Amino acid sequence: MVLDVKTAHANPVFRALADPTRRSIFEDLTRHGEQTVHALTRHAGVSQPAVSKHLTVLKRAKLVRHRRQGRETHYRAQPDALAPMVNWLDLYGAFWRERFDRLESLLQRMEP
Amino acid sequence: MTHSGNDATESPRTLVVERVFPHPPEKLWRALTDSPLLAQWMMNNDFAPVVGRKFQFRAEPMPNWNGVVDCEVLAIDPLKQLSYSWGVGSEAAGLQWVVLWTLTPVEGGTHVRMEQSGFTPDQKGAYGGAKYGWQKFFTGLERVVSEVDQP
Repeated sequence: MVLDVKTAHANPVFRALADPTRRSIFEDLTRHGEQTVHALTRHAGVSQPAVSKHLTVLKRAKLVRHRRQGRETHYRAQPDALAPMVNWLDLYGAFWRERFDRLESLLQRMEP
Repeated sequence: MTHSGNDATESPRTLVVERVFPHPPEKLWRALTDSPLLAQWMMNNDFAPVVGRKFQFRAEPMPNWNGVVDCEVLAIDPLKQLSYSWGVGSEAAGLQWVVLWTLTPVEGGTHVRMEQSGFTPDQKGAYGGAKYGWQKFFTGLERVVSEVDQP
């Protein structure tokens, strides 16, 4: 079923963004471009180890990328990773068309 | 099907599927609201046409999905409109939509419109604070999301 494909793909992204601090970190990176953990910590209002932990979760969901430069690690957003959520329109479109077909054949079988 | 994102007055995250069926609205309404009939074309369910009724659609469980859609009846206007919330996954990390059915009598049958919308700002208090957080998030990322290349 279409529903399953969509959910399976969207889940890691949704789980990563279910946390409000991670959402705000991700939003920060999409708005202000690449930043170091230090800079992100200043905006996030939580400790640096907490920010690093959140970044690891975002990285696993492929929502951020990092590069090392000297002693600093720079992070940037990968908004393309949001695609599984954006694509629900197409996937559910197929789901509902199939349901409409089934409804049509049910109506033919039903008593008037 | 139309992606009503083309329509500037509607949210880009609204899906509309429409069809005219050569049957009267009364019959369509039965198919939409009678649990055993609904099961024949949608999924197994414990639906009842009562506002506030929490019910589930159940399909075969799959990897990454327990096969359950959690719903709540939001509005009923007999023979005309029916809407319910449509939630997949856990409360915290799940996906939440509203499904709205509209029946309109037309010559020789009934026009059926299904509108599924997601992350809309006005959902009549049906959701907790976390959902408003999501809504704000998506509003903030509107620009980014609209630039995402769809495969």
